[in-house]
Amino acid sequence: MAAVIVQPPWPATPPKLTVAQANRVSKAYGSVQALREVSLGLRGGELLALLGPNGAGKTTLVRMLLGLASPDSGRISVFGADPRDEIMRYRVGAMLQVARVPETLRVREHIDLFSSYYPNPLPIAETLRIAGLEEIKTRRFGELSGGQRQRVLFGISICGNPDLLFLDEPTVGLDVEARRLMWAQIRALVALGKTVLLTTHYLHEADALADRILVLQHGAIVAEGTPAEIKARTIGKQVRFSSRLSVEEIRTIPGVVSATADQQKFELQVQAAEPVVRELLLRDSWLSDLEVTTAGLEEAFLALTQNHHSKGVN
Amino acid sequence: MAAASFAARLTVPQRSFRNLVELFAKEAMYEVVKNVRIPIYAVSTVAFPLMFYVLFGIVLTPNNPVNRSQAATYLLATMGTFGVMGASLFGFAVSLAVERGQGWLQVKRASPMPLSAYFAAKLISAMLFSGTIAVGLLTVGSVFAHVRLAPVQAAELISVLMAASIPFGALGLALGYIAKPNSAPPVVNLIYLPLSFCSGLWIPIFLLPKFLQQAARLLPPFHVSQLALRAVGMSRETGPTGHIQALVGFTLLFLGVAVVLYRRDEGQSYG
Repeated sequence: MAAVIVQPPWPATPPKLTVAQANRVSKAYGSVQALREVSLGLRGGELLALLGPNGAGKTTLVRMLLGLASPDSGRISVFGADPRDEIMRYRVGAMLQVARVPETLRVREHIDLFSSYYPNPLPIAETLRIAGLEEIKTRRFGELSGGQRQRVLFGISICGNPDLLFLDEPTVGLDVEARRLMWAQIRALVALGKTVLLTTHYLHEADALADRILVLQHGAIVAEGTPAEIKARTIGKQVRFSSRLSVEEIRTIPGVVSATADQQKFELQVQAAEPVVRELLLRDSWLSDLEVTTAGLEEAFLALTQNHHSKGVN
Repeated sequence: MAAASFAARLTVPQRSFRNLVELFAKEAMYEVVKNVRIPIYAVSTVAFPLMFYVLFGIVLTPNNPVNRSQAATYLLATMGTFGVMGASLFGFAVSLAVERGQGWLQVKRASPMPLSAYFAAKLISAMLFSGTIAVGLLTVGSVFAHVRLAPVQAAELISVLMAASIPFGALGLALGYIAKPNSAPPVVNLIYLPLSFCSGLWIPIFLLPKFLQQAARLLPPFHVSQLALRAVGMSRETGPTGHIQALVGFTLLFLGVAVVLYRRDEGQSYG
C-alpha cells in the first residue's frame, strides 16, 4: 500500500472542531444493554480509538454514528446533522465487519460501483493503488484471501475521498505484515487531515495509531485518555505468591490494581512491584512462591477493565 | 461543549443529475453481472422453464399436429409465467435475504447509495432475465413445436412477462425481509412451486378441479398467466382489466408488507 493520497477538492475539516458527537446514548437489543449513556466527541483531524473486548458495544456505537441504528435515548450528530442524511454520507466512509460480500464481482468492479455513489470520488486507479489492490483488481471477490478481502473493504471505505472515516476492526484477520501496511495507510490518511474513528480490541493497535483512546466495557466508557495516559494506567507488573492473607485485605494495599485468588495462590496486577511486595512481606512474613513478571499489554488491559468492573461501576 | 455549537459544517459538492443516472445504471449493470456469474441463478432460472417447456410442450403432447401446436402455444404463456416468477422471486428474495442478513446491505447503506437504486437494480435484473426466458421459450416453440405468432403477439407476450417482474418482485421483496439468509431458498421454493401448480402453470387451469379454479383467482401468477394467454390469443377470460387490477392490488399489498418488515428491521441487528 502506498502512503500517498490526493487532496480532496474541498478543504479538510479544521482541526479541533467537533465533527461527530454522541450525547448520552443508550441502546438495548432485547434484554441486552449494548450501550449505556455513552458520550463522545470526535474532533476534526484526530484518530480516536474505541478499545474494548468483543461485545463491549463498539460496533453498535459505530452503526449509530453511521445512521444505521437509532439510539433508544440520547442524541447523535455528524457534521452538525442527523447521521441518516444522505448528504452527510458524501463525506463519510465506513469499513464494517461483513460476513459475506457478493463474490462474483471483481475487485475493480466493487470499487467502481462504490465510487459512483460519491459526487467527488478518488480516481479508481488511485483507490486501487492506495488500498494495495492493483495486482488483484481483476480477481473475483470470492477468490480472495482474508487479508485481501479486508483490503477491498478498506478500498470501499476510502474511494469516496471522505473527510470522516469509520474503521470497525480493520485489521481483524490480517497477518503482521498486512497489519503494518494497513497502519501506515491509516496514518497517511490522518496526516492529510482526515478524521478517523477506529475500533479495535488490541491495545497495541490503539497505542500505535490513536491520538486518543476510549475504553469501552459492557456498553460504558471506563477510561479515556491519550495512549500514554491509558498505558500508565495499564502497564505494570504481575505478582504471584502464596499467602494466608485474604484477598479483600490485599486489595486495600496501595498500588494494587487488581487481585485474584485461587485457594491461597494469589495473582496481582500492580503499578510498581517493589512497594507492594514490601507491604506484603510486612503483613505476612510467611509469604512464599513469590514471582514478579512484567504484565503483557493485553493482560494489563484486561486488568484495567476488570478492575473497573470490580469497583462496581457497571 | 463550545466546540459543538460551531461544529464543522462545510459545504458538500452536490450530486448532479448525470451522476445520479450513472449511479443507477452502474448499480443495475453490476446486479446483472453479479447474477449472470452465479451459475445456480443464471442457469437454473433460464434453463428450468426451457426444460419443462420442451418436456410438457413438445415431447409429451398429442400426436395430432393441430392440438400439438395449440398445446405448445398455451404452455408458452404459462411456462413463461413460471420462468419469470422464478427469476423475480429468487432475484429479489434470496439475494436480499443474503445481503441483508450477512452485512453487505449495511455496507451499502453506510455509503450514500440511494436505497431506490438498490431495488431498481434488482427489478431491472429480474426484467432482463424475464425477457431472456420469454425470448428463449419463443425460439424453442417456433423452431421445434410449430408455434406461429404474429410479431405483435410475440412482442405483447414478451412485454407482459417482463412487466410481471413487478408483482413477482414485490412478493420477493417481502419474502426477502421475512427469510433468513440460509432459509431463503427453501422458503421461496415452498411458495414458488405450489403457487405455480395451483395457478395452472403446469397443467392448464381448466383441467384442474373446480375449487382450485376458483381459488386460483386469489393467486398472482394466475392473473399473469391469463394476460400472457391473452397475448398469444388463448385466454378464455373476458377483458384484461380485472387481471391488471388484481396484480396492481397484489403489488401494493406485497410492498406494504415489505415496508412494515423493513421498519421492524430498522435499528435492529439486520440492515
